[in-house]
Amino acid sequence: MEILFQQIVSGLATGGIYGSVALALVMIYQATDVVNYAQGEMAMFSTYLAWSMMNAGVPYWAAFFGTLVVSFVGGLLIERIVIRPVEGKPVLTIVIVCIGLLVIFNSVAGWIYSYIQKPFPSPFPPRPIMLGTVVFGAHDVGAIVVTLIVLAFLYAFFRYTTLGLAMRAAAQNPASSRLCGIRVGWMLAIGWGLAAMVGAVAGMMVAPIVFLDPNMMAGILIYAFASATLGGFTSPGGAVIGGLIVGVIENIVGTYVSFIGTELKLTVALAVILVVLVFKPSGLFGRPAVHRV
Amino acid sequence: MSARVRLGLLLVLLAIAVALPLFVSNFRLFQFTQVATYAIALLGLNMLTGYNGQISLGHGAFYALGAYTAAIMIDKWNVPYALTLPVAGLLCLVAGFLFGIPALRLEGLYLALATFALALAVPQILKYFEDWTGGSQGIVLSKPKPPWGLAITPDQWLYFFTLAVMLVLFFLARNLLAGRTGRAIVAIRDNPTAAQAMGINTPLYKSLTFGVSAGYTGVAGALSALTIAFVAPDTFNVFLSITFLVGIVIGGLASISGAILGGFFIQFVPNWAQDISKAAPWAIYGVFLILTMYVMPFGIAGTARLLMARRLRRAGTARAG
Amino acid sequence: MAALLEARGLHAQYGWTKVLHGLDFAVEEGGITTILGANGAGKTTTLRAVCGMVRTAGEVRFDGRDIAGRATEDIVRLGIAHVPEGRGTFVNLTVEENLRLGAYGRSSRTGIAEDFEAVYRYFPVLASRKRQVAGTLSGGEQQMLAVARALMLRPRLLLLDEPSLGLAPMVVREIFRIVRTINRERRVSVLLVEQNAAIALGLADQAYLMETGRIVQSGPAAQLRENDAIRRAYLGY
Repeated sequence: MEILFQQIVSGLATGGIYGSVALALVMIYQATDVVNYAQGEMAMFSTYLAWSMMNAGVPYWAAFFGTLVVSFVGGLLIERIVIRPVEGKPVLTIVIVCIGLLVIFNSVAGWIYSYIQKPFPSPFPPRPIMLGTVVFGAHDVGAIVVTLIVLAFLYAFFRYTTLGLAMRAAAQNPASSRLCGIRVGWMLAIGWGLAAMVGAVAGMMVAPIVFLDPNMMAGILIYAFASATLGGFTSPGGAVIGGLIVGVIENIVGTYVSFIGTELKLTVALAVILVVLVFKPSGLFGRPAVHRV
Repeated sequence: MSARVRLGLLLVLLAIAVALPLFVSNFRLFQFTQVATYAIALLGLNMLTGYNGQISLGHGAFYALGAYTAAIMIDKWNVPYALTLPVAGLLCLVAGFLFGIPALRLEGLYLALATFALALAVPQILKYFEDWTGGSQGIVLSKPKPPWGLAITPDQWLYFFTLAVMLVLFFLARNLLAGRTGRAIVAIRDNPTAAQAMGINTPLYKSLTFGVSAGYTGVAGALSALTIAFVAPDTFNVFLSITFLVGIVIGGLASISGAILGGFFIQFVPNWAQDISKAAPWAIYGVFLILTMYVMPFGIAGTARLLMARRLRRAGTARAG
Repeated sequence: MAALLEARGLHAQYGWTKVLHGLDFAVEEGGITTILGANGAGKTTTLRAVCGMVRTAGEVRFDGRDIAGRATEDIVRLGIAHVPEGRGTFVNLTVEENLRLGAYGRSSRTGIAEDFEAVYRYFPVLASRKRQVAGTLSGGEQQMLAVARALMLRPRLLLLDEPSLGLAPMVVREIFRIVRTINRERRVSVLLVEQNAAIALGLADQAYLMETGRIVQSGPAAQLRENDAIRRAYLGY
């Protein structure tokens, strides 16, 4: 029983990370109908920037928040400079640009930092947390807390601030938003900035577990796709919940089902995607697409 | 462009293609054979995604199926290599058709996700059925020898063989797409409800298009197995499917010539990128991708079409005065 | 007195299709101008051209300033509010959120609070549905919400695109009564595009008549109302 609890908490921790990346994907998808395939690589690159800062002697939390700021600005600039020229073009055109970004980030990271794995520090003490007889890793619990804080911040931002309202409006109805004086292009840019920031948090929370290397986020991106599919690509909250569920399933299946070794672990993500798509394509919380004739 | 000019241009290109082996090394010829193979695969994908609007991120799976079908037939049962092509094509056609049926319920992003999952699963499935596929080691084949005692190298023979197959398949595709079937397929892409209301059996056409598209890609896979003389699971990973998508978007969606242009791009641009920068070649490739989309958002063929249409319109308005 | 809005030689096109062929019209400060015409005459395109939502050529002056070629968001911030065809409400947001968005470009919090009160006074039905999701309102209520949202901008010019479309006659009369009140009380000039010529001519001072992208008749609304030949030929009654 205790092992089950441990696995659930562990699963929630990685699930929170999947959910964060899934959230970033859904945020951009809702505003642009485009899935940002480069989301994982951008998060990986942000994590490397944090690593560089820490290597230069910057204390953890200063580097953490510094990376958030840099990632926000970076995401914003990427939207304004790289994505803007193809705004309004066919979806597949924008997809190719995102793939280009993916490849560039991966390659540049490998070039600057090499492909050798690097350890990445966790801000949480290595001491395990005891709850009765159940042992939890401090980093797992810490990661869950950090994820929740980020989500709470985003929720409050979108729900209660005027800028958040304007961003929601711009995503739902760009034409009417312009008629309210909202600069839709900049709303998109801020959206990308926030998504990049969320990705950076995810990267910095997962790096201590899987070690930092340029291909670190590739598997996580796939789990993020599974999470967003399960939760529903039209529901930010759903994406996070989907992530938590996928994280827990992955952990439990990995522990209790013997023939699923590390090789076939990815199959769990694929199975989730396919099962959801067969039975309820719009996901648990998503709205089915309505087509106007 | 008038029909006569077009025909003339095609004949010139054909002449160049046939004469090519006289001018280039065996390795270059191998690369051009790959271009032709990719062109067939890209035409397959283009039929589905460009003409019919069903996005597939999983065509690498059919390429793999075709390749392994050919490899297993030659390796285990000594089937003549030419026969493996129609078998691979037919097998993939059926597989594609069967996949197309549940895919009917999915659209856009969701179909992309389902095909993406398919592409991801392929290397693992190939490694799992070791007895048939040779597991991670793959299957090694020997290159077909030129028939009828022709005095050419195997590479040259493979080039002509692939070129011939490509021409036949392209001719068939052109006839299919230029006629009523093609119009129905495009109608389904542009307005499925209207197409259905006009009496087009949308589900049947969509599944058939999936099948034919998979069939073409399967034949391409079989050809690649012959040319490279080797199949291994990790070659057929998700990047292959993504590369195919890149190929059709850059070449030009809903364009037959676009498939060939795309084939050139995905074969040669990674090499050029490596020439430019040994350290981060894929970064250069990524820059190429992005710049191409800026300059030609509708692909090479698509942009050419736009420019020609614009010229015609200007000529028309000038005449109308 | 120079007109608040003046268009000279206004052309517009969608892609390669030219829709407007050199329009000249004006809206006087404090006045109500209406553009009439049948379906496809180009009336909606005219409003969109003023707002920079389509490709234009020619001159459009607002308060003496040339606004042709500027981005929609910037034109709107100069004080032009557009209630588009189909209302353009944010259907997934609440009534109150819709109104807040109307005031997005403004900075004065007291001014915005005042306008909230004013708008709830003009449209009491909106006050009672503050937290309701806009997509669940009836057609008439959504039209009122659209006009209210435009008012939250505290505009000097209000562009109305076919406000009567799809609404019951009683609702239409109510909305037009409120528009007249707004025009009088708040000195908001109005450019009204309508297919329902009778009710439009009852409200407006100036009228223009459009046919396939050109203005074919213009003059005081009273004149067009009285002219039998024009009424029968163009307005069908």
